[in-house]
Amino acid sequence: MGEALLTHKLVGERLELAAGGSWTAPHAGDLEAAVERVAGEAPKAKNVSIDMGGVHEFDTFGAWLLERLTRHWTAAGREAVVVGLPEHDLGLLEEMHGVNREAPPKPERVNPIVASLAAFGRGGAAFGRNLLVFAEMLGAVGLALGRVIMKPRDYRLTSTVHQLDRVAWQAVPIILLITFLIGAIISQQGIFHFRKFGAELYSVDLVGILVLREIGVLIVAIMVAGRSGSSYTAELGSMKMREEIDALRTMGFDPVEVLILPRILVLVVALPILAFIGSMAALYGGGLVAWLYGGLSPDIYIARLTDAISLTHFKVGMIKAPFMGLVIGIVACAEGLRVKGSAESLGIQTTNSVVESIFLVIVLDGLFAIFFASIGM
Amino acid sequence: MSEPSPAIKVRDLVVGFGDQTVLNHLDLDVRAAEILGVVGASGAGKSVLLRTIIGLLPRRHGSIEVLGTDLAHADEEARRALERRWGILFQQGALFSSLTAKQNIQFPMRENLDISQKLMDEMAIAKLEMVGLTPQDGGKFPSELSGGMTKRVALARALALDPEILFLDEPTSGLDPISAGDFDELIRTLQQTLEITVFMVTHDLESLYTACDRIAVLADGKVVADGPIPVMLESEHPWVRAYFQGKRGGMLAERQIGA
Repeated sequence: MGEALLTHKLVGERLELAAGGSWTAPHAGDLEAAVERVAGEAPKAKNVSIDMGGVHEFDTFGAWLLERLTRHWTAAGREAVVVGLPEHDLGLLEEMHGVNREAPPKPERVNPIVASLAAFGRGGAAFGRNLLVFAEMLGAVGLALGRVIMKPRDYRLTSTVHQLDRVAWQAVPIILLITFLIGAIISQQGIFHFRKFGAELYSVDLVGILVLREIGVLIVAIMVAGRSGSSYTAELGSMKMREEIDALRTMGFDPVEVLILPRILVLVVALPILAFIGSMAALYGGGLVAWLYGGLSPDIYIARLTDAISLTHFKVGMIKAPFMGLVIGIVACAEGLRVKGSAESLGIQTTNSVVESIFLVIVLDGLFAIFFASIGM
Repeated sequence: MSEPSPAIKVRDLVVGFGDQTVLNHLDLDVRAAEILGVVGASGAGKSVLLRTIIGLLPRRHGSIEVLGTDLAHADEEARRALERRWGILFQQGALFSSLTAKQNIQFPMRENLDISQKLMDEMAIAKLEMVGLTPQDGGKFPSELSGGMTKRVALARALALDPEILFLDEPTSGLDPISAGDFDELIRTLQQTLEITVFMVTHDLESLYTACDRIAVLADGKVVADGPIPVMLESEHPWVRAYFQGKRGGMLAERQIGA
């Protein structure tokens, strides 16, 4: 910077300031420092004159800092005169004269302990509210289902087919791949550890029971929660942001019936199908590893499998699947409708949707395990 | 009289998507410290022109000089320097929805200037008050603002760095006539106090009459007419005639002549 932005000279009781250079946004940092420095000289002077003649560029930043400087003295009841400002810049200074007159709203200070306690309390309340929201969504979906059963013509078949394509059909390749790998890994681990006891054959029992009862459906449910649950939340959330859901409501449609019921029913239907496909792929993967790694021929594998598993194991897995689909759908749709105006809230609700639905799917699985154990399945 | 060099100089510009040509060898000058209104039928390429000038859309041919710099040949640094010298008001405001109004205005300052938080707060409030809002509005999030307030906050953000050129994309669309009139007046006064060049894409006839110094009409991918209102009223181009002499335009024209 060639020119000094602000120089000062004390003449008796009169402070004479001479400004120069560019009083513009790019120099605002230096300018503010210069202004603050000169303001420090304030007590010595009775009156002040500011000569702006040397300034060749002037914008709102400069105008505001000049205003701040003059206010410094006028607030103390002294006189500050600005001279030498070009005609066309006077309007800007005039404009700045009116701004920042009221003190800005002070942010409230809170005790950090109180704040963290409050956050903890709010978290608890939010958890309770979440459960309430899910119950409400479940009720609304049940109601809509009842209405649709009374008037089946109102049901959105096209939307259902479209969703079924997205949620079930398009998910098949990735589900096949993941469950195949999981089945293969379980089989390999089983053979590796059972071999120490010479009991490789029992790895087939391990794969069969684990896949059919638990892993098949659980892996598929987690995949679907991440894949389709998140997309439901994001879809409904952005529709909410763009007032599409309000538009539906004002046209006399029930968003639950039009948007949510088909999506949830599709999940309830799709999850058992995907769980079945997934379980088969896992058994296939397990068999392949048993053959290539464990040296069990496919005939032995199948014979052992038919001994080890029964229809009950298969039923246990399949009965759980639609309930998991329901949980994922309810959580995803309820979170979608809680999206507010900002992009950030869309992200938060989508994260919540996936985390909560995976959590609830695992909790549900545990409850089913207790239930099936107590009825001897 | 020698003309000062234009703030924006567009020469022989061609922009298209796929096999569709939107702007076809277009020439346009925006003089320094004037308000230029760009009008044209829906789909005539007004917003495309604006987005091409600010570098959001690629061009096929031609040159665009903004404040003497051609973005296509500028390096990263020159580009950023230029981007600091203009402000843009998008049609929907395009406020960052996770920041408050005040933080939205401070965003360009924080990124580009080295100034204290205190000054930044004061400047944000000053800008808010300049566009007719109160300091209390600064704490609100975009989702809590009305349509008119959103536009005002977006204008304040566009003005955050005291730009030399202000691009406005349909600034009054979606506002009621009274708010739209206020907004026109606001742009006019701000342009006069801050001495900025304004490039305004608009559909609003009233804005053209009250705010603009000069009007450019886009049709068939070209500027078919440009000049102040009286020139527009005398134009022989069918679209210009239909626009300015039509039912709505005619009323304003009579009022203008009567006044």
